[in-house]
Amino acid sequence: MSTKSIMIVGVGGQGTLLSSRIIGNALIKQGYDVKMSEVHGMAQRGGSVVTYVKYGEKVYSPIVEKASADIILAFEELEAARWISYLKEDGILIMNTQKINPMPVIIGAAEYPKNITAKIKETVGRCISLDALSLAKKAGTVKAVNVVLIGVMAKAAGYDKDLWLEALGNTVPARFLEINKKAFELGYEVD
Amino acid sequence: MKKLMLGNDAVARGVYEAGATVVSSYPGTPSTEITESLSKYDEIYSEWAPNEKVALEVAAGASIAGARAFSAMKHVGLNVAADPLFTMSYIGSNGGLVIAVADDPGMHSSQNEQDSRHYAIASKTVMLEPADSQEAKDYTIKAFDISEEFDTPVLVRLSTRISHSQSLVELQERREVELKEYTCNPSKNVMMPAMGRRRHVFVEERILKLKKYAEESGINEIELKDRSIGIISSGIAYQYAKEVFPDASFLKIGMPYPLPDKMILDFAGHVHKLIVIEELDPIIEEHCKALGLKVTGKNKLPLCGEYSADLLGHNLLGTEKGTYSLNEDILPVRPPVMCAGCPHRGFYHAVNRLKLIVTGDIGCYTLGALPPLNALDTCICMGAGFTAAHGFNKARGSEFSKKVIGVMGDSTFTHSGITGLVDIIYNKGISTVVVLDNSITGMTGHQNNPVNGFTIKGEKTKQVDIEKLAYAIGFERVRIVDPFDVDNTVKVLREETKADEPSLIIVQRPCALLKSVKYNGCTAVDQEKCRRCMMCMKIGCPAISDIDGRITIDETICVGCGLCTRVCKFGAMALKEDCKVEY
Ligand SMILES: Cc1ncc(C[n+]2csc(CCOP(=O)(O)OP(=O)(O)O)c2C)c(N)n1
Repeated sequence: MSTKSIMIVGVGGQGTLLSSRIIGNALIKQGYDVKMSEVHGMAQRGGSVVTYVKYGEKVYSPIVEKASADIILAFEELEAARWISYLKEDGILIMNTQKINPMPVIIGAAEYPKNITAKIKETVGRCISLDALSLAKKAGTVKAVNVVLIGVMAKAAGYDKDLWLEALGNTVPARFLEINKKAFELGYEVD
Repeated sequence: MKKLMLGNDAVARGVYEAGATVVSSYPGTPSTEITESLSKYDEIYSEWAPNEKVALEVAAGASIAGARAFSAMKHVGLNVAADPLFTMSYIGSNGGLVIAVADDPGMHSSQNEQDSRHYAIASKTVMLEPADSQEAKDYTIKAFDISEEFDTPVLVRLSTRISHSQSLVELQERREVELKEYTCNPSKNVMMPAMGRRRHVFVEERILKLKKYAEESGINEIELKDRSIGIISSGIAYQYAKEVFPDASFLKIGMPYPLPDKMILDFAGHVHKLIVIEELDPIIEEHCKALGLKVTGKNKLPLCGEYSADLLGHNLLGTEKGTYSLNEDILPVRPPVMCAGCPHRGFYHAVNRLKLIVTGDIGCYTLGALPPLNALDTCICMGAGFTAAHGFNKARGSEFSKKVIGVMGDSTFTHSGITGLVDIIYNKGISTVVVLDNSITGMTGHQNNPVNGFTIKGEKTKQVDIEKLAYAIGFERVRIVDPFDVDNTVKVLREETKADEPSLIIVQRPCALLKSVKYNGCTAVDQEKCRRCMMCMKIGCPAISDIDGRITIDETICVGCGLCTRVCKFGAMALKEDCKVEY
């Protein structure tokens, strides 16, 4: 099997790191060689954050390159737009329709681009967009946006559901497990 | 058992398995998690030192005393620790002495892009460089063995992509290592000219022995495949190269200093074209050229920034990729910002009211340099916030100095701010200097420090009292303010900068992300009262935006710190208690 690549993009503070860890955990359980890359520090302070997950028989570089992501999980619209050139031609973009204004927009030095979802849908082959924040609230916490998106991804990529629920159990603190399972299911039900 | 591990956690695991017992470090991205991870092993004594020089000296003492000792730091940290490193090269080790140093090509979170390999060469020690987490663990263990066998400190070089990527690691048991015997040995451990001269001879002989080790130990490896291209590479660059040239022959360098001359010449003899792929400086490349080899390297690849498989493909093979792109002009960038609730924001707002020149320093508060605050004039290195202010004072005189303040955080203060205070007093300066005490080392992800009074393990300890310290040094004007009391902060800043004497202002309010900090509710805007004066927008809070002509608070971001309620002149911002988002 050739190496597969997943990219998780979002805004510092949105919980992207935890989602790459859940994904990594699930993939190892399936016997793959797995590499993940994250950037800590400056990027976390509300900046643009990217994490990479790669898996296959033997993975060399932990970094996903342009036009090579099989899946991009985007936690925020502008970040989806920013990283779209990393999606493979037949890759899937899963996008939370939340908008978070970056500082240049807040202070009026730049404008948040209009109609991103529509433009992205026109451009890429496969795009699933959803309001993951509402689903997370429905599950019981706004913090579960990441797990909702993982649910969507598991379904869209045809991964075995039980493996992911098990990975959740291994990564999420026990007291939050029920809420997160619910969030996963809500994501899994999205078409 | 194989475990997915962060490169930094793998280094820590290596330190543990190697039987080390003493660890002293100072945080710095991307090295911080190594020591955080080590603090969880009960068998190992670990500590945060106030700076890297102290950390390495503690490790050096522990090594001489017979323990396997370790210190971790970021690349610029090794500048601070360079002094003990160079002389420990002469002294060597008793118990193994290993230093992990993490470079940051691409400057994800650093002020420069220096290449630490120069330090191994200049200090005539040894450097190993892992290319994934398994090697990070294995090389760390090997480093302790080399240190003891060859009587030398050993550097383990990491980079952001090794430190902060995860890959599979096979875990082993900890080796229990006895303390080495300690005997007083001045000819080895007391470096004065007479002893130093003899030890320098030893150091030169040691390099020859290490060169032999580099050839024979298997730490550098030749993999012969297609002979038309031979690639010499190390660290993360090796992984990128493997991806782009899967069929090429490789000489993988695990020990960038000293390099294996015979192996390099032998490898060059087997391949048609030689390419050296290394991030930052052309160290392996220059070495190959000195051996008389013709190589492709920095003539095709950049000196600046980090590499990637795409970059190698583009520069070396001319690969062009078709990618998706939006028909969109440039997208707005998303730079890091001070968090909602950050105490530094209140301070800079006060500074901007007085239009002061700020010689700044490194920490979360450096983000005050960005719009809309635009508050910093300089940021050089840790400690320079105070000393550069004194330089302004001496360059442009007292009157000018009354418009200048020197600023640094609490961790930076104990790192290298104290000597600056001494300099100002001793040399009759009049600078006003400020410690932004948020009770934590914030920028690197919340480490305890000597000012907040907790150890690396979270145990209570004595707290450095900055106020008393300043008095003891000779400051007669020391003030303490709350940065969210903006009016008072402005008043105190005005009084102290006017004074003809030096003063220290301690700005105290804990980081909003600390668990102990509880703000209630969040802020709401009363649109009736809002006059759209835009004062609240000047503080640069990520929770406040001007959307469709209305000042709006993003409730998922606002923590309810209340700074905006104090800045608003029309009472349009008010805390409401009942909007806490559910968790
Ligand atoms: C010599 C050196 N060591 C370490 C670092 C990494 N570093 C950058 S900021 C910082 C700590 C800042 O903490 P503090 O002064 O308390 O300010 P805060 O971030 O909490 O506002 C550290 C350790 C560095 N830049 N230079």
